[in-house]
Amino acid sequence: MNTATTTAHGNFSAHDDHGHEPGGIMRWITTTNHKDIGSMYLWFSFAMFLVGGCMALTIRSELFQPGLQIVQPEFFNQMTTLHGLIMVFGAIMPAFVGFANWMLPLQIGASDMAFGRMNNLSFWMLPPAALLLTTSLFVPGGAAAAGWTLYPPLTIQQGMGMDMAIFAIHILGISSIMGSINIATTIMNLRAPGMTLMKMPLFCWTWLVTAFLVIAVMPILAGAVTMTLTDRHFGTSFFNAAGGGDPVLFQHIFWFFGHPEVYIVIIPGFGIISQVISTFSRKPLFGYASMVYAVAAIGVLSFTVWAHHMYTTGLPLTAQLYFMYATMFIAVPTGVKIFNWTATMWGGSLTFETPMLFAIGFIFLFTIGGFSGLVLAMAAVDVQMQDTYYVVAHFHYTMVAGALFSAFAGAYYWLPKWTGHMYNETMGKVHFWCSFVFFNMTFFVQHFLGLAGMPRRIPDYALQFADFNKISTLGAFGFGLSQLLFLYNVIVCIRGGEKAPAKPWDGAEGLEWDVPSPAPHHTWEVQPVVK
Amino acid sequence: MSGSTQKLGVSRLFAGLVLGLLAYSANAAYQVNFQEPATKLAHTVYDLHMMMMYICGVIFVGVFGVMFYSIVKHRKAPGRESAAFHENTTVEILWTVIPTIILLVMVWPVTKALVSMRDATGADITIKATGYQWKWGYDYIKGEGEGIKFKSVLSTPREQIDGNVPKGEHYLLEVDNHLVVPVGKKVRILTTAEDVIHSWFVPAFAVKQDAVPGFIRDTSFRAEREGTFRGQCAELCGKDHGFMPIVVDVVSQEKYSAWVAEQKAKMAAAADDPAKVWTLPELMARGEAVYLQNCAACHQPTGKGLPPAFPALDGSKIATGPKEGHIGLVVNGKPGTAMAAFGKQLSDAEIASVITYERNAWGNKMGDIVQPAEIKSHAK
Amino acid sequence: MTMHPDEPVAPVVVKRNQSTLLKLGAFAVAMFGFGYALVPLYPVMCTVLGINQTGVTDLPVNTQIDKTRQISIEFDTNVHNMPWKFKPLVSHVNVHPGELIQVTFEVVNNRDVAVTGQAIPSYGPPLAGEHFRKLECFCFNKQTLAAGEKRDMPVVFVVDAELPKEITSITLSYTFFEVEGNQRSASGQGAAEPVKGGV
Repeated sequence: MNTATTTAHGNFSAHDDHGHEPGGIMRWITTTNHKDIGSMYLWFSFAMFLVGGCMALTIRSELFQPGLQIVQPEFFNQMTTLHGLIMVFGAIMPAFVGFANWMLPLQIGASDMAFGRMNNLSFWMLPPAALLLTTSLFVPGGAAAAGWTLYPPLTIQQGMGMDMAIFAIHILGISSIMGSINIATTIMNLRAPGMTLMKMPLFCWTWLVTAFLVIAVMPILAGAVTMTLTDRHFGTSFFNAAGGGDPVLFQHIFWFFGHPEVYIVIIPGFGIISQVISTFSRKPLFGYASMVYAVAAIGVLSFTVWAHHMYTTGLPLTAQLYFMYATMFIAVPTGVKIFNWTATMWGGSLTFETPMLFAIGFIFLFTIGGFSGLVLAMAAVDVQMQDTYYVVAHFHYTMVAGALFSAFAGAYYWLPKWTGHMYNETMGKVHFWCSFVFFNMTFFVQHFLGLAGMPRRIPDYALQFADFNKISTLGAFGFGLSQLLFLYNVIVCIRGGEKAPAKPWDGAEGLEWDVPSPAPHHTWEVQPVVK
Repeated sequence: MSGSTQKLGVSRLFAGLVLGLLAYSANAAYQVNFQEPATKLAHTVYDLHMMMMYICGVIFVGVFGVMFYSIVKHRKAPGRESAAFHENTTVEILWTVIPTIILLVMVWPVTKALVSMRDATGADITIKATGYQWKWGYDYIKGEGEGIKFKSVLSTPREQIDGNVPKGEHYLLEVDNHLVVPVGKKVRILTTAEDVIHSWFVPAFAVKQDAVPGFIRDTSFRAEREGTFRGQCAELCGKDHGFMPIVVDVVSQEKYSAWVAEQKAKMAAAADDPAKVWTLPELMARGEAVYLQNCAACHQPTGKGLPPAFPALDGSKIATGPKEGHIGLVVNGKPGTAMAAFGKQLSDAEIASVITYERNAWGNKMGDIVQPAEIKSHAK
Repeated sequence: MTMHPDEPVAPVVVKRNQSTLLKLGAFAVAMFGFGYALVPLYPVMCTVLGINQTGVTDLPVNTQIDKTRQISIEFDTNVHNMPWKFKPLVSHVNVHPGELIQVTFEVVNNRDVAVTGQAIPSYGPPLAGEHFRKLECFCFNKQTLAAGEKRDMPVVFVVDAELPKEITSITLSYTFFEVEGNQRSASGQGAAEPVKGGV
């Protein structure tokens, strides 16, 4: 609906005039260009994905068989904690900010993000934070080991690794707030003439909602960890019953952040999937308006359901009932999205390139994650499952098959635009099928472990859990190794390969396909007019 | 719940289908559903879960049936034109309203179950379960057995965990002192914790309740059949979170009464005479037992600790320094660390013996004796 | 054709961006404040819902005694990492709603220094807290016990007649915490600090 532009392609004179810009490493340190910063975000997040992945493999190795073989319990707890923090704050969130940086200005016809220098700063805050998290493994007492949820009073007991994690969370939080302010401002103020809000590609819409969620809840997380910090060192007792506090208060504050957070990491993925499904179905997205309303509804509802993470903390019955009903209500807009995607495919002219495979895999697996979420929402049933591997399986179905698969779909979808070359389609398909099979091998069996009563975050387990754990570990290694295929494919694609046309996908729509491939350093310096 | 056996069979079959390639569902090790329920509530939860599974399964097959039909039939082919529709208000309203109705249908029985789950009134026996790093303590507060209290510690030998000897049948799910309750009686469990948050979880009873330091929470169960039921701490509570299981023996009323009498007799015999003067071998023998139960998780049976979080005792300045400092630390703990104030957990005789043990075990050869009577006067 | 990259947009847009930045930034700061506002809001919510109430003197609202039913009140005591012995003199009492009841708890500081503690009450089921009115309680104040001191401490309470019918037993639990003002600042060092000399 927003294809027609009046732009002459002459606008994109391939002027590689970096003469006035520093070269070499200084180019990357000082750049304010949204494409450079976007690329850095994506590389950073992939690096963090590998680091967090190695931690996951350490966890799975220890769980390969009963008994303690590879690591000791303290180190195991540090691994689960850092794996969670790094994957959520270091891998998934920066990956989507990277996509936003690259694609939003191209999609709305803006020459760059609203605040170039702030953009640069928000990226360059990430490496120190990552360094703080990873080096905390080597300080006395080791890294934070209280789980990524950081529940006190366990956090009060820990060593300086906990302080480093808290500072890292502060930095990551400030970075993502700045990134989100930038994104929201860009979307609200810099759209090309004629690009009304309801004409924006869905990726822009999902990011607009996400940006507001980030700005609203990251400060609350910052508050929660700051309270932990002052409880640890300055004698306050926010979470200490002795001083009139309550450890459960932390959980309320944390999940008031934490539930919107899980939508922060999945909603941009919804946008990518919507565009990919529409492109490879060669059909406009079904129910564009209802998709927008559904995303907005999910965003708003996400603030009202936090305590469904806390059914076993001893909430009053009335609170349990309220949070159960509110949580189930979220299933409605989520269901609408699934139905809309199915209807978009219906009657289309489908092809199954790698982005489409990842998109369909996303819908398939995310729906499983949604159903297990529905089961968990039922407070009476959740009592059996809270803090077991069922929960682990559930959120990996939404985070890995959800957020990560949508990121892969987006990466393959836009790689030709970024690099100017087509990626290796066969290798892409192999990457998808390996990821899909090994993902299920790793996480599907964890549902059974959870049902049978295996608690999460334990380094060793009873013998009846042994067989599924073995399968899960083998799957995890398969999944991890499959991702190297992606890395190789991307590197090959950057170095060369078949030249990509400006619009490599015949069903694609949107302004980003009106600029040449690879996208020149500066684009849309004269804004297009959307009819 | 008369049909529960049959339902179990049906669910196995269903789960077996879900497993697909792994057609091992007959093998007990590949357990794919809840543990066999032992309370009415657990049966209800089991049935609710199965109901959810069936409803979700039908919806799943419906939605993806449509999608896969589309994937097969609507492929790009020469001459194929994609349809142009992208809206249909009727359909969109339908698929908003219908799921809402399905959810309302689902939520009704769950609400009923939840209300009965939270009803901890009318209990025959009240037991307080206290979470410690890393063991459970039980106090029988009211009902038959009132006054009984004991700690329940993992009894799996370290050699099994390290893989030096074969693992036993109940590896990591066995403790020294089982919680014993009578069958058919309503047991109310109050949970609280000494140090960090723990969670008291017995899957067969459908009971899981966080234990929050400084506060009590309550839950309850009424076991329908006798047997031994095993669970674990379900909230990350530090290093040995995976090593503090819960074992509940459900016994007949007669056996329970006998057990209560036996416990009472034991407690009377164990009450130490505070004036008794102990000898070094007596203190060492008692001290080793106390040490292994309370101290070895952190400081290790070898006394080498796990520095820097858990310091070594072998050769430490405190264990080889003046008695007063050693007693003070054990009695009062070290705030902000995992070192608890054992003054309230252990009796004076136990503290005296464990301190004596620490001062004379491994490479420590202080040769001095701490008598129970000294504990009071030397603390602080 | 190309503009200077540093000035990609018109000044009016720059101005609009800055105003958006200010608004969103203010929103972020406000949400940080809101996180802290949850701290005082939480006890308010707890009071409304009747959970985790810390001791404040209640006024007896209704002294009408409801003889038609009897509630069993169980008493539970805990001490959190401090060297006191703390127990109720009776383990449970049976009361009628509306009846004024006094019970006594005994606390002993059997160490040879003075120790100050604060008791925190907790109720099971939590809902009962809403109907549990304490007129006098040792938990209203800090308690300082001299070395070796033994003290009997009273609690005077009424369970109001509004108590829901389905509640037939209530547990009143107290946990004593040591109050030592400056002790917690030392605690901040955490477990990682190599403890000199061990133990």
